[in-house]
Amino acid sequence: ILTKMEDDAPVIYGLEFQARALTAQTAETDAIRFLVGTQSLKFDNQIHIIDFDDENNIINKSVLLHPAGEIWHMGTSPADKSVLTTCYNTTSDSRVATLAAVWRMPKEWESGSHESPDDSSNNPQALELLCHLDNTAQGNMACVLWEPLGDGKRLVSLADNHVTLWDLEASSTKATVSSSATLEGKGQLKFTSGKWSPHHNCTQLATANDTAIRGWDLRSMSQIYCIENAHGQLARDLDFNPNKQYYLASCGDDCKVKFWDVRSIGEPVKTLEEHSHWVWSVRYNHSHDQLVLTGSSDSRVILSNMVSISSEPFGHLADEDDLSDGEENHQEEKSKEPLQDSIIATYEEHEDSVYAVEWSCADPWLFASLSYDGRLVINRVPRALKYRILL
Amino acid sequence: MDTDLGVSASSALPESEVARKRRVHGMLKLYYGINDEGKAAAEEPESQDPCDINGPHFDPELYLNKLRKECSLTELMDQESCMVKQIRSLDSDMQTLVYENYNKFISATDTIRKMKNDFKKMEDEMDCLSANMAAITEFSARISGTLQDQHTQITKLSGVHTLLRKLQFLFELPARLNKCLELQAYAQAVSSHRRARSVLQQYSHMPSFRGIQDDCHAIMEQLAQQLRQKFRDGGSSAKDLSECVELLLQLDEPAEELCDKFLSHAQSRLDADLQGLEAELCKPAPASGPSMVLDLSSKLSATPVVGSPTDFVSPTSNPFLSPTSKMDILEFIDRGCNEFVSNLCLVIASYQELFINRPQEGDLASKNIPQMASGKLHTFVNSLAARYFSLVERRIQEEKGVGDNSLLVRALDRFHRRLQAISKLLPGSAVPSQGTEIVVQAARERIKQYLSALQSFYLDSLTDVRQALAAPRLSLGGSAVPASGTLLGSSTGGKDATPSLPELLSSLSASILNQIKSVLASVHLFTAKDITFSNKPYFKGEFCSQGVREGLVVSFIKFICQSSRQFCESAGDRGGSTPPALLLLLSRLCLDYETSTISYILTLTDEQFLVQHHIPVTPVTALCSEAREAAQKLLNHYVKVQGLIISQMLRKSVETRDWVNTIEPRNVRAVMKRVVEDTTSIDVQVGLLYEEGVRKAHSSDSSKRTFSVYSSSRQQVRYAPSYTPSAPMDTNLLSNIHKLFSERIDIFSPVEFNKVSVLTGIIKISLKTFLECVRLRTFGRYGLQQIQVDCHYLQMYLWRFVSDENLVHFLLDEIVGSAAHRCLDPAPMEQSVIEVICERG
Repeated sequence: ILTKMEDDAPVIYGLEFQARALTAQTAETDAIRFLVGTQSLKFDNQIHIIDFDDENNIINKSVLLHPAGEIWHMGTSPADKSVLTTCYNTTSDSRVATLAAVWRMPKEWESGSHESPDDSSNNPQALELLCHLDNTAQGNMACVLWEPLGDGKRLVSLADNHVTLWDLEASSTKATVSSSATLEGKGQLKFTSGKWSPHHNCTQLATANDTAIRGWDLRSMSQIYCIENAHGQLARDLDFNPNKQYYLASCGDDCKVKFWDVRSIGEPVKTLEEHSHWVWSVRYNHSHDQLVLTGSSDSRVILSNMVSISSEPFGHLADEDDLSDGEENHQEEKSKEPLQDSIIATYEEHEDSVYAVEWSCADPWLFASLSYDGRLVINRVPRALKYRILL
Repeated sequence: MDTDLGVSASSALPESEVARKRRVHGMLKLYYGINDEGKAAAEEPESQDPCDINGPHFDPELYLNKLRKECSLTELMDQESCMVKQIRSLDSDMQTLVYENYNKFISATDTIRKMKNDFKKMEDEMDCLSANMAAITEFSARISGTLQDQHTQITKLSGVHTLLRKLQFLFELPARLNKCLELQAYAQAVSSHRRARSVLQQYSHMPSFRGIQDDCHAIMEQLAQQLRQKFRDGGSSAKDLSECVELLLQLDEPAEELCDKFLSHAQSRLDADLQGLEAELCKPAPASGPSMVLDLSSKLSATPVVGSPTDFVSPTSNPFLSPTSKMDILEFIDRGCNEFVSNLCLVIASYQELFINRPQEGDLASKNIPQMASGKLHTFVNSLAARYFSLVERRIQEEKGVGDNSLLVRALDRFHRRLQAISKLLPGSAVPSQGTEIVVQAARERIKQYLSALQSFYLDSLTDVRQALAAPRLSLGGSAVPASGTLLGSSTGGKDATPSLPELLSSLSASILNQIKSVLASVHLFTAKDITFSNKPYFKGEFCSQGVREGLVVSFIKFICQSSRQFCESAGDRGGSTPPALLLLLSRLCLDYETSTISYILTLTDEQFLVQHHIPVTPVTALCSEAREAAQKLLNHYVKVQGLIISQMLRKSVETRDWVNTIEPRNVRAVMKRVVEDTTSIDVQVGLLYEEGVRKAHSSDSSKRTFSVYSSSRQQVRYAPSYTPSAPMDTNLLSNIHKLFSERIDIFSPVEFNKVSVLTGIIKISLKTFLECVRLRTFGRYGLQQIQVDCHYLQMYLWRFVSDENLVHFLLDEIVGSAAHRCLDPAPMEQSVIEVICERG
């Protein structure tokens, strides 16, 4: 399926099923690749592997079958391109349950369909099951997180009110619980989402349940902080600043995006209120943490430039080479005022609620957003801003 | 004659000679009176023409030639005869003149001869006179010579007599002084002593004189002692005192010491006054304390508020009625004025009389006493006034009850008025201006107090409104409204014991307005015509514009807006503590302020205070836009809060149910009825304060609209049983077509100031939540059917509240569509069955 568009214009890809799950392929740093998992109760669900050819502005698509059930969440191994996890619904005996499993993509998928687009009616290949994350006792899986930057052997799963740390065997064919914790409290507590911090040697985890955000130490499996009422209503998603270890962003049903310094949780460092409905997803850019992407059920995607609380509050710092050019340059850099936070762009290509946004792992200036109606949109950071950040 | 002279001159003489001759000629003419009179005119154009026979430059040769050339023979003949005639007449004239001259010469010779004779006679008489004078001089000299001796003797005798008299005076002096002392004729004694003093001093080397001098000294010392005593007593009349001072000064008593003595004496009395005042200050404060007390309950209940009891102000004690021995500020100031200020004035006046305004004479003038004395007086007055002022300031600071301003203003007026006396007595003194400064400061402080009193009044009123809203009632919420068709008929609430929203609003707004008015009236006292300080520049300008208008009225309005905005910020996220009705009420209040109240209040202020704005002041429009912003924010927040309340109900109802294993729907779920009820009561509530608003025309059968799980074209595509990845453009095309017909819906968008817009906002938020929650669940057959029933029920009742019913259709379509899509066994319910169930409910 080829869609040729003008340079810098959004590239739109439509799936024939509804979809909520979107992820970039973490271990893939050359090709721009996103995975989309579908939601269908009646047909076999699919994982669409979307390759974006940046030079030609072309999308190449491959489809893998995921017959186990409709996909609510996906995660890709940071070490092995072909390994991924999904959280999926199964229905048996009029009972709906959300399970999680580790899968391997069949080796041949890449040589498969996209060479002959017309041939796509060929039966797609199915994912190869590596192991289940057996959690029947713990309730419905909300998400499975891979250890960031890790060797693809450690996972965390959030199910209802349980946090579980899993070890994968070398072949990834067996997962064993290494430790777990349970969130206790009044009422029926349920994790909505979580994020494994890439800082502190990957020993910390943040979770969202109801309106609260909690931090966990994975060594002791104990809570290290709790932002009560982080959002006025349900907190939907969160993300760690990749460059500032104590900073995280959260979003929720109060239409707000909040930025926190977990060392002082009384008040958010910054609050954005640009969306007109619930914000479902927030993502820091992997390299330039001033770029923050949010997706909302108001069908909009917003790219913000949160430069004042980023790791580069004075803009891009000059390299060593530049410094040696002359003292004047250096002083100019130093005297710069902190830049203003701003909304860079609001993307209106979606017509249904946007439940997921992701930056590409290969190209830091490129991101994808997925709306419920199965529309995937690939956009770029505006060129002017890109050059301003780089130069 | 002219002609002759002219001819000779021009022909023979050089130019200068001609000029001289002509001057002589002119003088002759003058002498003979043949003056310019006649000729002046003719002579003036004294022509240079050599042919003018009368001109000075006449050239006979040229003239002759000219005649010869120009004239005919007859003309020449005529000319010739005419000229002969003229010559002849000139000759006879000359003869007459010569004769006349001769006669005059003869008579002059006669006169001179007669004068010579007269002079001779006069010379003889002068000689005789000088001889007589010499004789007289001689006689006079002789007489003086004889009288010389006697004259010297008389002079000598007279000198001796004078000396003797002086000596006698000196010898008698001690006795005389003693007598004066006895008679208390101090003035006489002093003047006598003064007369003798220098002489005694001069001859003090002679024993007799020395004795006298010593005696006198002793006596005078005694006298001075008496005078000092008298001065110290001070009881004597001002005139006596003045005399006393005068005499002491003449006795070389140092003036500085006198001044100091006088002042220290006065100080002790004035200190007593001040201590009296201070003691008054130290009395325990009245029981009501210095807290801000608004004594307006009586005024409030008198306000014309319709209906129910509106007395929001809890009964407060009047600080002025509370039993206490402490005098009020007017009494205090009165006492200060009557005791301290008037005594001070007396002191100043008598001091000036004594030391400054006395006519200076003699050697005293050189000592420059007035300057020294007035310097002392100023320091004295300043130090005392400073103490007095600090007492007054302390007393004014205690004046915190803002109930009655007139007492304070009258006190300040009296305080200020009495200080004017000092300014009259002491023209250069800084005291009156310091006093004015205190008044200004008090006025400034007063404005601040009134502002904070207004603010706390406002907050108290809000608390009361909050309580009134929290009080259980049947009418406002409409919670008892049946879910049938009579939903809209229940808007006639408010007849119950508790006040309804509009009543609360009108009484709140009326009481605020009354409060502002009464505060303005109180503050206005400062500028009343009969108040002395009202014509000071501060009270004419800055007090009105910066003080009352900006510092009080504008600040208060801004405070209302700001505190209203705070309700949105604090209450929003952390568990909405503000009741929604209060948000709605405040929003309407702010909107009313924007439309009319602000401009009314400011016009009132400007009129009352005749504000002349030298410094730019906050314009009405800026305040209005601030109020509108606050109103908008409050209303948006109201929508958000109400939407959230309904959303939470819907969310819970979707999240907690097992939709796969539910039973076949027989009823509309209770939560949907609750949603409709709540929406209805919100509609009533908003309708009480806001106008209806515009809505699009309804279709005739809005409530009967059919929902089909397959009605959405998009869903049909998705149901197509095909694996073929259809070209992405196909779905896009369909969505785009869909987009053509429905605009993007902003769920949390700003609302307009009308009921329909508010309700639309709330319903949008609720239904969108419903949709998102449905999408997160999985449904069985009956689950879907229940959603169908619920949505139909919502459709039946919600369409009438919104501006565009298509919005409700669209969102409900989406909900049913999503539910169908998330259904394991999508077998929709018959439309007729749905209708029966809903109707029965």
